Amino acid sequence: MAVPRRGREALRSFLCRGLAGSGCRLDPERGPERRDAAPGRASRFCPPRKSHHDWIGPPDRHSNLRPIHFYKPEKESLLEQKLRELRQETQEWNQQFWANQNLSFSKEKEDFIHARLRARGLGLGAESGPKGTLSAEDMADFYKEFLSKNFQKHMQYNRDWYRRNLAITFIMGRVALQRIWNRLRWKPKRMSP
Amino acid sequence: MAAFPHTLSSRLLTGWVGGCVWYLERRTVLESPHKFMHLFRSVNKQWITFQHFKFLRRMYVTQVNKIRNQQVKPKPEPVAPPFLEKMPSGEAKAELDELRPVSSASLSLSTKPNEKELLELESASVIESSIDVDGETKEEKQWREMKLHLDDLPGILARLSKIKLTALVVSTTSAGFALAPGPFDWPCFLLASLGTGLASCAANSINQFFEVPFDSNMNRTKNRPLVRGQISPLLAVSFAACCAVPGVALLTWGVNPLTGALGVFNIFLYTCCYTPLKRMSIANTWVGAVVGAIPPVMGWTAATGSLDAGALLLGGILYSWQFPHFNALSWGLREDYSRGGYCMMSVTHPGLCRRVALRHCLALVGLCIAAPVLDVTTWAFPLVSLPINLYISYLGFRFYKDADRKSSRKLFFCSLWHLPLLLLLMLTCKRRPGREEDKGDAQS
Repeated sequence: MAVPRRGREALRSFLCRGLAGSGCRLDPERGPERRDAAPGRASRFCPPRKSHHDWIGPPDRHSNLRPIHFYKPEKESLLEQKLRELRQETQEWNQQFWANQNLSFSKEKEDFIHARLRARGLGLGAESGPKGTLSAEDMADFYKEFLSKNFQKHMQYNRDWYRRNLAITFIMGRVALQRIWNRLRWKPKRMSP
Repeated sequence: MAAFPHTLSSRLLTGWVGGCVWYLERRTVLESPHKFMHLFRSVNKQWITFQHFKFLRRMYVTQVNKIRNQQVKPKPEPVAPPFLEKMPSGEAKAELDELRPVSSASLSLSTKPNEKELLELESASVIESSIDVDGETKEEKQWREMKLHLDDLPGILARLSKIKLTALVVSTTSAGFALAPGPFDWPCFLLASLGTGLASCAANSINQFFEVPFDSNMNRTKNRPLVRGQISPLLAVSFAACCAVPGVALLTWGVNPLTGALGVFNIFLYTCCYTPLKRMSIANTWVGAVVGAIPPVMGWTAATGSLDAGALLLGGILYSWQFPHFNALSWGLREDYSRGGYCMMSVTHPGLCRRVALRHCLALVGLCIAAPVLDVTTWAFPLVSLPINLYISYLGFRFYKDADRKSSRKLFFCSLWHLPLLLLLMLTCKRRPGREEDKGDAQS
């Protein structure tokens, strides 16, 4: 029982993964043409067909941000499409920024520690033991340096993030109003003979 | 009436400390450290032994260390992580040794969550690709539909509005109201508390709305509702508006326009000044201190209707308290701030950070002496508050001199019980009008 199911899942996953860039097209259960393919790990995930909502995943291991799989309805208005595309684009931009940020932080931190220890004539590895560590005060120099080096980058990011976040929320508001308006418009039409 | 016999004072102390560490249990690291922590708990609340306090303090340290260690990139050999921040004190080193198995385990878990599962399945799998399937299925299971369930909504909104922090803000407003001269007006008190609470909910929600990607990257804040996608940004903003409008209206028309204006100003200061400034300049600390100082001023103006010297004194005491509290806390968070791009004194100007903390500890002594001068309290207050003020100043001095994690932690923990105790003493020594007592009347 377990093997055939596993085999079916494997085949489906394999096909899904193979065509990840274009969405899960060959999956009959998942209605893939309704899914908007997000790049990276999010594209391997295919939400169930009957779901009409977005799906949010676990935090990305580099950027710590959670990817969202955006739902694309059949009759998507222009405004809804604009919103979805803006959110998609913002998500990619965010993921990229934070992944770069976190990776460069880790790398520069290691380089700093290596350099400091080398400067003190101490090596890393088993023989160094407790001497092969840096105190919090030494690390503080690194933190200060890293922060000031990335200050302009953060300023730019903050400006862009605030602008995007407010734009997305504003368009979300317009979409919500549009939906309410459509619902109210169709109700009297249905009620009238 | 005795000011406090020994048993009462120790009970109060353990009661406040108990309340403080309870709060600490829930919040290991403050994301918005400028928010002061103030608890008004009655003496009948929980009793905490000193051992329990030490245990909880170690747990707090454990959490902070875990956060620290998680930033280190994992190395293939699991023996001893090569990059460790040296702990000067023996006690802290012992804690770190205990933590190492925990942190290395958590490190190995955080990188490849599926490795363990993969090893288990290798022997049982028939098709090679099934290994990846199981890993991916596990990952797929972690995907959640972004559908709002109405049952979850109260919990989500409570976390969005930082309800516990709001409760502390409201209790500080109550303290301001109680310390103000004049008869205690219950309806006014309740309206002021409710209005302040709603305003605080609104401000906290907007703060979380602005900070989603930053919160995702810091361990303590990564489980917030917007980060987890439990609520949409639009709903968060709507909730904030639905709290701010009635809250401010309640303060303006239910209490008085001055309190309403202060409420609006505080919301603006917190959301539009402090939140963006956190990433631009170290001036955010001073702005945040003002944000924390305004609620008791609001309580006072709600009671008296005017912004007099007593209100400013109370605000000044809370303003000064913020610095030893926050600066000590931020000393241990330098790595997170640096990585996340937060401009904090502890990272950019460490010397200034410690100087300012010490300066404001000493300022507290001066402000307590000013209290009877301004007729807020009797002269008993500077006398009975001198021991705790001197103690926090001593810890501030040690932090200034030693500049290490141990002294920063001691100062931070002291600030947790120092403020509620100070406010309680103020209440106890409140100058009551019409009583036949001269200024020299102390404890009786």
